[in-house]
Amino acid sequence: MYFVVAGGGEVGYHLSKALLEAGHEVMVIERDRRRALWIEEQLGSVVINAPADEGKYQIQAGCQRADAVLAVTGDDEDNLIISQLAKLKCGANRVIARVNNPKNEIVFKAMGIDETLSSTRVLMGVIEQELPTGGFMPLMPLTRSDLEVIEAEIAPGSPAADKEIEAVGLPEAAHIGAVVRSGQILRAHRDTKLRAGDRIIVFAPTAIEQEVRKALFG
Amino acid sequence: MNVVIVGCGRTGAFLAALLEGSGDTVSIVDLDRAAFKRLPGDFKGTPVLGDGTDMDILRQAGIEKADAFISLTQGDNRNLMAAQIAKKIFGIAQVIAKVNDPIRAATYRGQGLYTFSRTTILGTLLHATLRGDKTIGPNLMKAAMKHDEELSLQLPDVLP
Repeated sequence: MYFVVAGGGEVGYHLSKALLEAGHEVMVIERDRRRALWIEEQLGSVVINAPADEGKYQIQAGCQRADAVLAVTGDDEDNLIISQLAKLKCGANRVIARVNNPKNEIVFKAMGIDETLSSTRVLMGVIEQELPTGGFMPLMPLTRSDLEVIEAEIAPGSPAADKEIEAVGLPEAAHIGAVVRSGQILRAHRDTKLRAGDRIIVFAPTAIEQEVRKALFG
Repeated sequence: MNVVIVGCGRTGAFLAALLEGSGDTVSIVDLDRAAFKRLPGDFKGTPVLGDGTDMDILRQAGIEKADAFISLTQGDNRNLMAAQIAKKIFGIAQVIAKVNDPIRAATYRGQGLYTFSRTTILGTLLHATLRGDKTIGPNLMKAAMKHDEELSLQLPDVLP
């Protein structure tokens, strides 16, 4: 298939590379001269150094015969106009636009661009999939320390399930701050027994994150 | 008339002052707080800090009660996006967008947006003036120069 990739930033470059590796034809339109040259060094003569939001260059890149035009710059307003022009000026078969601000998905739809991909939403989807029951999620670092907050769910069969907190074998420096059970917060004592389905909040030095994970998940 | 302006650059601020002078209610949106310094000291309208392509910011600027919407930021695409939001999502009757690329201006004019290009407006005007044209140039130039005089009179006189 033939794809026009509008915008050769991180997303555009890696997308083009993957499409080429999968045996597709690709033409990248990149405004910045140095970035365009760099992509050409990496991927070969598959780049037009021009603004992607001008009909002239869209035609030059072959948007009219492309199987899809992918508008993937980092700016939503540019992706919107690139997509609309590809439809209006080139009669592009199919246009897929990257939306950075998830709020703009509705805006794009109202403006005739039906296929949008919100990187934020895709990432959230992936993260949620990667976290089946028994998830382990470092939530955030604590400012001015080497500590972080971790949320973990105790899965059935986890080595920590049905054990009292002091018996879980967490590293000394790690502390369970709270246990969330059926939507209620329980204070974590040494003798609080963890049950499958509990979510616990752990404070720990970032350096021992893996040991914490091991104690909870084996 | 209630007017929402996006972009408080020189043109946006000037237009806001003109509209206020003719009795209209103006709110003006800009991403940069410092841009509002261009507004006249006695500006009674509402400056709104934020992104003019964000529906919530536009609501904050009162777009739901606006009679007219004008987008004057530096970015053609930004103006086109804001103007389409005003027209298609909020149903504003009069929507104007500055689109300096003449081709893009024409494309979206074909889609029912009132777009204008500073490039062709100024170029056409200057060409007409140079050629001694009597229809396009003189009135507009005269009106604009009168505003220039008025604005410069607002500066305090410091010369002896």
